[in-house]
Parts: sequence; structure tokens; C-alpha cells
Amino acid sequence: MSNIPSELKYVASHEWIREEGDGIVTIGVTDHAQELLGDVVFVELPELDAELASGDETGVVESVKAASDIYAPVSGTVVAINEELEESPELVNSDPYGDGWFFKVKISDPEELDALLDAETYAEQCESE
Amino acid sequence: MTKTTPLHAQHLALGAKMVDFSGWDMPLHYGSQVEEHHQVRADAGLFDVSHMTIVDISGGQASEFLRYLLANDVARLKHAGQALYTTMLNEKGGVIDDLIVYRMTEPGTSEWFRLVVNCGTRDADLAWMVDCAVRFDVSLNEQPDLAMVAVQGPNALKLTASVLSESRARLIDGLKPFQGQESEGWFIARTGYTGEDGLELMLPDEEVVAFWQALIDAGVKPCGLGARDTLRLEAGLNLYGADMNQQVTPLEANLAWTLAWEPEERRFIGRDALEKQRNEGVPTKLVGLVLEGRGVLRAHQKVLVNNSGEGEITSGGFAPTLGCSVALARVPADTGDSAQVEMRGKSLAVKVVKPPFVRRGKKQFS
Repeated sequence: MSNIPSELKYVASHEWIREEGDGIVTIGVTDHAQELLGDVVFVELPELDAELASGDETGVVESVKAASDIYAPVSGTVVAINEELEESPELVNSDPYGDGWFFKVKISDPEELDALLDAETYAEQCESE
Repeated sequence: MTKTTPLHAQHLALGAKMVDFSGWDMPLHYGSQVEEHHQVRADAGLFDVSHMTIVDISGGQASEFLRYLLANDVARLKHAGQALYTTMLNEKGGVIDDLIVYRMTEPGTSEWFRLVVNCGTRDADLAWMVDCAVRFDVSLNEQPDLAMVAVQGPNALKLTASVLSESRARLIDGLKPFQGQESEGWFIARTGYTGEDGLELMLPDEEVVAFWQALIDAGVKPCGLGARDTLRLEAGLNLYGADMNQQVTPLEANLAWTLAWEPEERRFIGRDALEKQRNEGVPTKLVGLVLEGRGVLRAHQKVLVNNSGEGEITSGGFAPTLGCSVALARVPADTGDSAQVEMRGKSLAVKVVKPPFVRRGKKQFS
């Protein structure tokens, strides 16, 4: 069974969201998603300062199995991207909630956070897939 | 019903991610297919390939039958233990399957050959062979009770020999590439599907679990079908059903080298169609593509060739040894050394090369 930390928020497209304070959130993909993908070989992230709208396609994860879009789970401005992933995309597999994070967003609409799934709801979704 | 190999319980105990492969429940990987790939290039990896179909052909006309059935010529096999890679064609020259044929006995009266064919094409292959065998004095015997294991990598021979009896170890020591020998119910061949040195061993189902475990204890790592696919892709080895099928001929599948045109009198099935195509010109060719930038080439992506039209990727993926993506693609015959691939609305430049991409751990193109 995959790891679904209770302190994080989730979206149905398998991204996780961690609130860092000051309206900043960190975004990555879940352990469940990386298991489905298999070894990740490239990650294409949004540009720094890019303006994202919730639900936008903002990047691509290429794994040995398939190419999967990364969706913006919230709206806002990209304030950091994980440059480590360029050299070490396997971090998405080995540490999806830690060193394998994708990017950070300064959110423009804090109310969007209320619409995100909690761990329990996300776990139920994974079960039913 | 899903079929399983005699090593199924071992795969589950090792935590393999299992997938359906032509009706067989097989390991895709045991954790990381990229690590398994590197393991084979650098040391030695172990594959359960018991799903493959083994067919023994014997009888007074075994040799004549195979010289009719197969596009390569078993008369090239002068001694017991020699093997060759060949296609089996339909009358139109289309590829029904690709296979390895081993000569099991010295040329002479009671000849015996062993064929290893793909599991996905098993039913079609057997039906075709039986049809073609009608006018020959031969018997075809499938060997469903033989398991098959591949040990591949630069240390494969040494490590395999270390867990076997002295006589089998000596046998391995004496094998040249593409040779196989029998030993007390086992058949041990220096063949494979990875571009590395290695062995393929066929042995009774009831002995394979102990052998598998002994290899793991000796440090050989289990590898799944995922690594098997990226290894064969880097090695430029075609995958049946992806890179070739009944609609393409060996001339369109980079397999002209497997066709034995001489002697002229050997009228193997498909020969007339191949001769016609050779004379009229082959419209397409199977080439290698290399994407040096980021991104992964995948099957069915469109290939655009300047002034020559379009082609299609037949199989592609990330090549762990090279750190970039490679593919096999069927393109117009006059394609030069560059092309573009359409990927998610973008057109990316790729280099066109002759496979293989990697052999014995070394990059093969510049």
C-alpha cells in the first residue's frame, strides 16, 4: 500500500500540496502516482514566475512507461522549481514527498485550498481505481 | 485463464510488479527497471523467460522441412549445438514470427532441431508449422514442461558456472557465442536478447526454482520484462508485434542479414514475394532514432522526413545506458541521417542511425 501522509492535501490527478505558510505551497506527485509511473526519466517543470490557473497543464513527467501531464492543483505564481530533478529525476521515485518535489506556488486564491482532498479521501480514491 | 511460470511464487516473494504479457502473469520489474537494466550492462541479471514457446522438430525430413519453413537456412548449421536467428514468413513475405533454431544433433539420418518462438504468437506459429509440415516426414513436439531462464551480462557466464556442476561449468566454458549444448536434461546456450554476453538455459520445471535461487545467492539480480525491453531496444533487436508483423517483410524490418538467398534452388516460403520486392525496390526501412534532447520517443509517434514523407516509431523508450531516448522507426527508404518526431504538438529533431545503439555496454553510433 502506498504512503499517503495525513498532513498533506491532494487532488484527484495525484498531485500533493503542502502548505508552507505565507501563502506558499509546495507541489509534487504522490507515492501512488510514482508507483504507477515506474522509473521517472525526465521531468519538465513550469518556468519560474509562470502564472498558473488551477487545472492547467504545467509540465510533464516522462517515465519508462508513459508521459503524464502535471496539473496545477491551485492558481498562483511559480516561485521555485526543483532544479535537482534535471539531473536526478529518480528522486520522484525514491522520495516523492521530500527531495522529489516539483515546484512552489504563491497562491492567488486561498479558498482553492478548501477544495483539495484530504488524505483519507485521496486514499479512498486510490483504492477505488 | 492467466498462465504462470514455475517461478511465479519467486516473483511474488521478491515483490515484483506483475503484468499481463500475452496471457502470462509476468514480472515487469522488482523495484526499478532502470537499475535492472544497468545491472545487466555492468554485471549480470536473471530473467524468467519460461513463457517462451519451445518446439522440437525431428524426423527423417526435419532439415528439409526447416529449409522450406524458415527464411534463414539451417544447412548453415554444420554441427550440433550451432544456432541461428531467422524469420518464418507467409507466402507474401510477411513475418509470422522471429525465432532461434538450434541444431541439436549432427547432420545425418535422425536429425533434431529446437525452435524457440514468441509466446504471443504461439498458437499462430504452431498452426502454421503443422500446416506446412503435412508433406514432410517430421514430428513437432512442443516442450511445455521446460522452464527457461536467461542470465545476461558481462559476468553472466562466470556466475552461472559457479553454481553448476563441474561438467556443466566446463560446458559453459567451451561455448562460443550462438552455440548451445545439452547436459543431463538441460540445454545451455550462449544466446540472449540484451546485446550482452550471456546464457539462455532450458531445464525441467521442477529444477528451475533451485537454480534461480542459487543464482540470486551468487549475486545475480532478477530483472523483469521492463528491463528486457529497454535492453533489447538499445541492442537494436526487433520486438515481434511492434517492429515487425505479418504486414512487413524482413527487408522492411532491418533483417535482410537473416535471409539466406543462396542456394537459389531453396524455395523457402515467402521467397518469391521477397525476390519481387527486392527487384522492384523496398519502399520503407527500419532505422534507429536518437533524441539527444529531453523527452521520450514512444511507439506510434509520427516521424517526419524532409522531402520523403512520413514514417512511424515502432518501438521507443528511454535508453538508460545512453541517458537519452532511442527508438526503432519505419521510414521511407530514402531517409537520410536526420528527421523530426512529433511529440505533444512539438516537432523534435532526431538523429537517424543504424541499430544497434549499444552493444556489450558500448555506444555504437557517433
